[in-house]
Amino acid sequence: MFGSIDPLLLLASLMVAATPIVFAAIGELVVERAGVLNLGVEGMMITGAVCGFIVAVQTGSPLLGFAGAAVGGAALSLLFAALTQYLLSNQVATGLALTLFGLGLASLLGQGWVGIRAPSVPDLPLGPLRDIPVLGPVLFRHDPMVYLGLLVCLGVWWFLNRTRGGLILRAVGDNHDAAHALGYRVVRVRVLAILFGGAMAGLGGAYLSLVRVPTWTDGITAGAGWIALAIVVFASWRPGRLVIGAYLFGGVAQLQLNLQAAGVRVPVEILSMSPYIATILVLVLLSAGRAPGCLGRSFHAAR
Amino acid sequence: MLRLEKRPQPSRAWAWATPVLAVVLTMIAGGLLFAALGKDPVEAIRTIFWDPLFGQYASYSRPQLLVKAGPLILIAIGLSLGFRAGIWNIGAEGQYIVGALCAAAVGLAFYPSEARWVIFPLMIVAGALGGLLWAMIPGLLKVRFGTNEILVSLMLVYVAENVQSWMALGPLRNPEGMGFPGSRNLAQYPAAANPELIAGTGMHWGVVAALLAVIAAYVLLSRHLLGFHIRLTGESPRAAAFSGVNPGALILICMGASGALAGLAGMFEITGPSGRVSIDFNVGYGFTAIIVAFLGRLHPVGILLAGLLLALTYIGGEVASLTLRLPVAAIQLFQGMLLFFLLAVDVLTNYRVRRAREGTA
Repeated sequence: MFGSIDPLLLLASLMVAATPIVFAAIGELVVERAGVLNLGVEGMMITGAVCGFIVAVQTGSPLLGFAGAAVGGAALSLLFAALTQYLLSNQVATGLALTLFGLGLASLLGQGWVGIRAPSVPDLPLGPLRDIPVLGPVLFRHDPMVYLGLLVCLGVWWFLNRTRGGLILRAVGDNHDAAHALGYRVVRVRVLAILFGGAMAGLGGAYLSLVRVPTWTDGITAGAGWIALAIVVFASWRPGRLVIGAYLFGGVAQLQLNLQAAGVRVPVEILSMSPYIATILVLVLLSAGRAPGCLGRSFHAAR
Repeated sequence: MLRLEKRPQPSRAWAWATPVLAVVLTMIAGGLLFAALGKDPVEAIRTIFWDPLFGQYASYSRPQLLVKAGPLILIAIGLSLGFRAGIWNIGAEGQYIVGALCAAAVGLAFYPSEARWVIFPLMIVAGALGGLLWAMIPGLLKVRFGTNEILVSLMLVYVAENVQSWMALGPLRNPEGMGFPGSRNLAQYPAAANPELIAGTGMHWGVVAALLAVIAAYVLLSRHLLGFHIRLTGESPRAAAFSGVNPGALILICMGASGALAGLAGMFEITGPSGRVSIDFNVGYGFTAIIVAFLGRLHPVGILLAGLLLALTYIGGEVASLTLRLPVAAIQLFQGMLLFFLLAVDVLTNYRVRRAREGTA
C-alpha cells in the first residue's frame, strides 16, 4: 500500500508544498514582531495569487508575475495599514475585513482567467549539485523561489537580531510607548512592516498560482494564509522555527496527497482535512513562545 | 495638519451615524467599482438596493429577504456576545455546517416516520448541540492550553467542510438518489421540514428563532449580570477579573452560545431553504455574519437592521448578476468594502478630529 510512495520524491515535493507558507509566514512574522496582528494574510495571499497569475500570463514572464504579486499584496496591505495605523481601527476586525475583501477582489479579477496554464518556472540551474545522489533530487532540483523563501527567512533573522533596524522594530513591537518616548517613529515602522508582510504574502500566493497548481482557480489558497498565521505562533515569532513549522506542514500536506493518490482505504475527505487538524495539534502541543508585548494594540500618541 | 484627540467617552451620536455613513460611502465606492466594470452605476445600485423590494419582480424577491436575513441575524447575535468580550469566534461557518449535519442526521434516522412533534424538536436540539460542541473545541483549547481561538475556530471550518462532503457522498447520501451526491430532501419530508409559516412572507422557524435571539440578547446585555460581565470583560479585562468574573467560564459561555446559534441557523437552513445535505449547501453566512455583527455595532437591534441590509445585498446581487451580468464576486467585494468603510469611519466615534495648531508637535 505504501510501496507506491517514493520517500525521496516526497521529501522533494515537501519543499515545494511548504514554500507558499514560508513566504506568507515570514512576512507575518515581521509584522507581528512590530506589534501588529494582520489577520488578512489569506486575503493578501489570494490577491497576490491572482495578480501574479495575470501579470505572468500577460507578459509570459513568471519573474514579472512574482513582482506583480508582491506589488498586489503590498497594495492591499496598505489599506490595512491606513485603517489600523492612521484611523486606529481594531486590528482583528480590520484583518478579517481584509480577508473577506481580498477573497472577493481576487475572485472578481480572476474571472476570465480560469483554465489557462501559467508559463512554467524553470528550475534553478545548480549544475553539478543536481547530480549528487539522494541529496540532489531532494534539495537541488527546485525553482528559484524555493531558495528565495529560505534566503528571506535567513535575511529576516539577520535583520531582527543583528541590525539596528531590527532592534528598533522589536522595540516598537514590545513596547510602543517606550519606543515613541525614545523618538522612534512607531507608525512609520509599523507601516513598513505591514507593507513587507503584504508583499511576502503576495509572493506566497503567486507561488500557488504559478508553480504549485499552476493555474488560477477560485479559492486557490484554501486557508494557506490562516495556516501561515498559525505557523508564526508555533514558531514563537522566531524565523528558524518558522522554517521547521512550514516544512512540517508541507510534509503533512504532501503525504496526504500521496496517500490519496496511492488509494489508501480511508475516505479522501479525512485525508484532506489532516493538514488543518495537524495545524491545530501543533498549535496546542508545541506553542510555548511569548508574543511581542504590544501585539494587536493600537498606538495613539496622546499629547 | 489634522490630528486625533481621544474622546473621554465614545460619542453616542456617531455610534449610530457611522453605520449609515459607511453604507453611503460603500454605495459611492461600489458605484465607482461598477462603473469600472462597465456598468451603469446608478442602475446597478438601484438593482441591488431598490428593485428586490419595490421593483417589477419584487413579489418573488421580497420573501427572500427574511429567508436570507434569518440565518445572518441568528449567527451574528451569537458572535456579537463573544466579540463584545474580546473572544473571537470566526469559525461560525463550521459550526453552521456541523449543526446542519447533526440535525439532518437525526431527521434522516427517523425517515419515514411521521411523528413531527418528536422529530422536529429533536432536530432543533441536535442542530444547536452540534454547533455548540464544534465551538467547544476552540473554547476548551483556549481555556485549557491558551490556544488562539481565532486560528483554531477557522481551521475547523475547513475540517467541517470536509466532513460535509464526506457526509454528502457517504453516510447521509440519498439511498434512492441513483448515485448522485447529496441526501434526501428534508424540506419534502413533512416530519422534518421547516416550511414557510405565512405564505408569501419568507417567514420560517429560523426567522422566528432569530427574532427571539435578538430579544434574548437585548435583555441579557442590558438587564442581566452575565451581560454586564461580557461588556465589562471587553472594555477592561483587569477590572472584570477584580470584580470576580471567571474568564474561562465566560469564554466557554460565549463560544458555546455563538456555536449553538450558528448550529441552529444551519438546522433551519438544511430543513427549509436549502433542503438537502450537499457538498456545498453552505453559502458563507457564517462569514457574512461577522460583517453583520460589526455593522450592527454588536448591538442586538443594530444587528437586526444590519442583517436585513446584508440580506438585501445578497438578493440584489443575485438579481444584478442575472439582469446586468454583474459578477457574483462583485457582491462579495461590496460586502467586504462595507466592513472596511465602517471600521474607517468608526474613528469618529472614539476620536475627535482637530486641526493642529502651528508650533505644537
